[in-house]
Amino acid sequence: MELNAQDIITWMHKTNERLQNNKDYLTTLDQAIGDGDHGINMARGFKEVVNKLDNENYETASDALRDTAMTVMSKVGGASGPLYGTAFLKLATSLKGIDPVDESSFKTGLEEALAGVKQRGKSDQGEKTLIDVWIPVMELFDNNFSPEKLTDTAEKAMENTKDMKATKGRASYLGDRSIGHLDPGSVSSFYLFTSLADTVKGGE
Amino acid sequence: MKKIVNDPESVVEDMLDGLISAHPDSLQKLPDTTVITRKDAPITNKVSLVSGGGSGHEPAHAGYIGNGMLDAAVCGEMFTSPTPDQVLEAIKAVDGGAGVFLVIKNYTGDVMNFDMAAELAEAEGIQVEKVVVNDDVAVEDSSFTTGRRGIAGTIFVHKIAGAKAAAGASLEEVRSSAEKAVANVRSMGMALTPCTVPAAGRPSFTLDENEMEIGTGIHGEPGIERKPVAAADAIAEELINKILEDIEFNQGDEAAVMINGMGATPEMELYILNKKVNQLLKERGISTYKTFVGNYMTSLEMAGCSVTLLKLDKELKSLLDAESSAPAFRV
Ligand SMILES: Nc1ncnc2c1ncn2[C@@H]1O[C@H](COP(=O)(O)OP(=O)(O)OP(=O)(O)O)[C@@H](O)[C@H]1O
Ligand SMILES: [Mg+2]
Repeated sequence: MELNAQDIITWMHKTNERLQNNKDYLTTLDQAIGDGDHGINMARGFKEVVNKLDNENYETASDALRDTAMTVMSKVGGASGPLYGTAFLKLATSLKGIDPVDESSFKTGLEEALAGVKQRGKSDQGEKTLIDVWIPVMELFDNNFSPEKLTDTAEKAMENTKDMKATKGRASYLGDRSIGHLDPGSVSSFYLFTSLADTVKGGE
Repeated sequence: MKKIVNDPESVVEDMLDGLISAHPDSLQKLPDTTVITRKDAPITNKVSLVSGGGSGHEPAHAGYIGNGMLDAAVCGEMFTSPTPDQVLEAIKAVDGGAGVFLVIKNYTGDVMNFDMAAELAEAEGIQVEKVVVNDDVAVEDSSFTTGRRGIAGTIFVHKIAGAKAAAGASLEEVRSSAEKAVANVRSMGMALTPCTVPAAGRPSFTLDENEMEIGTGIHGEPGIERKPVAAADAIAEELINKILEDIEFNQGDEAAVMINGMGATPEMELYILNKKVNQLLKERGISTYKTFVGNYMTSLEMAGCSVTLLKLDKELKSLLDAESSAPAFRV
């Protein structure tokens, strides 16, 4: 795998497409265990992200990720805004000076992104949040990486959140009643990573 | 969905413009933001208060801007906490040199976004302190979870901290009074109907004609328990009991009471509820110092209510009685 600035832009475009197409579905998921704004927040934010990326020139993947982070941080809002924003910012910082990006530096970047999210959200694995998708995904980026595995892993991780009980975020107010519903943030993270898999595969 | 809106995506903008048109002498909107501040901000050498959160809770929070209450309110998208850059703009606009105090409701999004803004402001040399309001007894309080939500009790915290700041207190003193208010305020809510966020177009949950939901939050989040609709007296009893299980009142203690409408509840019903609340407090030897009945912290067009008790001491009583010029809380 090799990622340059253009790949990041393609990645965010594909993510945005999925978010726009599934805005209603994400809203429905968040209405079940949250406040119903996740689809609206993500769709609003990523529309701005692709606008921003299309109107600038980027030398490196890190630069494109930094602008992604800043736009997400100022346009998404809610809990997911600062969380995704922090994740992209840590990823951008970690990948500074590395171009194109390979598997192992991407893995380090994801590790730092995860550490940032955990710290910002005061949360950890198993609390029914997007962290539960990011952890298994991060672990994939080694010598055996393949885009097929990426989609597969992200999808399974997303599905696994269904049986978890939420102890962080708005869904935690429901306690046991949060069990049996997918975590909306994990679904949007699945869109993000399956879009990355598409980008790596190329084509379209 | 039937609502008086234009484009569902621009409801917050449209509302804020209308708000400024209604209060042109006292309020202003910072250009290119969703931040409302008092027109005479910053007040030199006064600790300034900033609050905010998602929109849809009107008159919270912009209605509480005024002498003796807030200096600025940051208005997020519908039910969505505002972003750090917006909160930062508010902090910078109202800082009069004595520091800025943030009143935050305990939601993951609000806490993270306000914390990030506080870090950015501190990096620019502005002193910032904060309090996190968590008055909702419907939610289990545990250090392993997100903890309790902030609901209508937040208005009392605005009032107490705002009065303290107006009296010339330091940032540290404002914080200590605000913390006292948070420690002594409890609320519990219920809903008869859900509400619809304009951009979502459909309600967040459904309730049958004969059902009510106990322990709902102010964002159309599902509540704690669903049951058949009961009479006003029984609802009052359930809400008050839950609150009093959580905070100890001794014979003769004084309380401020807020009977808050969620948006679509007639005042008549709120007064009917208040009749029983007042009687229940009397029976327990709690004396009602002041009562506030009305729509203070709403959830769009949700029908329902919340009851808030603030346990008072001498300091809190005098701060509650101090003058306020905020349009939604005139004292
Ligand atoms: N503390 C946390 N740590 C990690 N992820 C979290 C945390 N809290 C929430 N999340 C993730 O964020 C998602 C919800 O994002 P959303 O944009 O709907 O925010 P929200 O909680 O509704 O924010 P707000 O309260 O401001 O409206 C959840 O599905 C979950 O994956
Ligand atoms: Mg949400």
